[in-house]
Amino acid sequence: MLNGNGKLNGYRGRKPARYSAFDLVRHGIRHGEWPRVWREHDLSPAYDVVIVGAGVHGLATAYYLAVNHSVGRIAVVDRGYVGGGNSGRNTAIVRSNYLTPEGVRFYDRSVDLYEHLSADLNFNVMFSQRGHLTLAHSDASLRTMAWRAEVNKLEGIDSSVIGPEEIKQLVPYLDTSGHTHYPVLGALYHPPGGTIRHDAVNWGYARGADARGVEIHQNTEVLGIDVDGGKVTGVRTNRGRISTPVVVNCTAGHATLLSDMVGVKMPVITHPLQAAVTEPVKIFLDAVVVSGTLHVYVSQTDRGELVFGASTDPYASYSMRGSLEFTEELAGHVLELMPSIGKMRLLRQWSGLCDMTPDFSPIMGATPVEGFLVDVGWGTYGFKAGPVAGETMAELIATGKTPELIAPFELARFAEGRLVGEKGAASVGH
Amino acid sequence: MIRIPCPFCGPRNSNEFAYKGESRRRPDPATATAEEWRAYLYGHDNPEGWVREGWYHRAGCRRYLKVERHTLTNEVRSAEPAVGA
Repeated sequence: MLNGNGKLNGYRGRKPARYSAFDLVRHGIRHGEWPRVWREHDLSPAYDVVIVGAGVHGLATAYYLAVNHSVGRIAVVDRGYVGGGNSGRNTAIVRSNYLTPEGVRFYDRSVDLYEHLSADLNFNVMFSQRGHLTLAHSDASLRTMAWRAEVNKLEGIDSSVIGPEEIKQLVPYLDTSGHTHYPVLGALYHPPGGTIRHDAVNWGYARGADARGVEIHQNTEVLGIDVDGGKVTGVRTNRGRISTPVVVNCTAGHATLLSDMVGVKMPVITHPLQAAVTEPVKIFLDAVVVSGTLHVYVSQTDRGELVFGASTDPYASYSMRGSLEFTEELAGHVLELMPSIGKMRLLRQWSGLCDMTPDFSPIMGATPVEGFLVDVGWGTYGFKAGPVAGETMAELIATGKTPELIAPFELARFAEGRLVGEKGAASVGH
Repeated sequence: MIRIPCPFCGPRNSNEFAYKGESRRRPDPATATAEEWRAYLYGHDNPEGWVREGWYHRAGCRRYLKVERHTLTNEVRSAEPAVGA
């Protein structure tokens, strides 16, 4: 059965050809169907590793497990479809100008991996390092920017504080007149930051993992996790039971619910975060512009749409519905920054879920239940960390040793009082 | 959008309120162990379903309310004064 995009049930057996200019011309001439890029499988009764969540974190973990290590059979299960959760709902901004040295080192590795991801995956992820500006509207935020810039420089990251004149050169449409309610006093400028096509990253990792033998099971909901004598023994799903010694929680927005299944309490509160996109217009905005005071971040996509994100909704919820209050507030704040876009129309708004931790750093690594690993609590930083989280979690799963890069983020830090305060690096106040 | 039926002001939009969240009993700082204190600080239930939580009507009657809300649908079932009810 054909649906215009290859066989509906996926290709079986044969791996897809490497994408190349020759392949493109050949398909263009023959009008051939492009084959689906990952297969569908029957659920096996046993796997060596089961990863829950087919978003960027789960798929990257599976990909690096298959590429860098050898651990046997790997399954990625998701109750929805590939990249259908928060990996497809974020505003696709990538940066590494964090506040703590631990955070900066970690996210910078992610930027490194993103920089050559298109070549690694043979899939264009459209990473556009157009520069990232975090505006300061008060002396206090200028001080935090200067602090961040110094930490960044010590870790070898291109990041500095610039004044209104330089900002105006980078973003001519920004109101830097000083006659606004919150005048622009300066900005933290981070040239390697930028945007990426998040769907392409998800699909690229899925394709790469599939080609190396990882089984991706969509529409497979985890209903329970079996634990015997403090060890994981299997996973119960709506398609049957799988026995496995290792389960990795790579969910976002459901970190608590999945961890509750094995009785591991996550210090997480789930908040929705809303975003919106306008109609496409001619390209006028190059850099990513963020204002913490005005709770908004703006970037322009390659198609010309403006993508807006905001702070998290001020209450805990698993609801993914938009609200009018968000749109109203967002519009006011965006117009304060760029009054000239007042006539533009919003196309749509949506919402994703953020698992907020007390210190705004993730929770990664082992838990008190043997074989139950977590890669959760990403709050608003999840997408940009996808590749490095996958790489380090894969190393942990394969070797049993926690890589140095993620050692500061283990669950035990909350009991031991070793928090990694990363709230100061949040794009906007939450 | 969440509408909260304030017992003093009638049905009002949630942006008039400050969200206080899950209410938990604070352990006695003098006798609590480190584990109890960390659990109080960071151990949130974060359930998907009906919760009873605190909201403060800051742009209204300035009373603290106990609100029953479903965290998946945001449906509000009841709101009553947090004290003196």
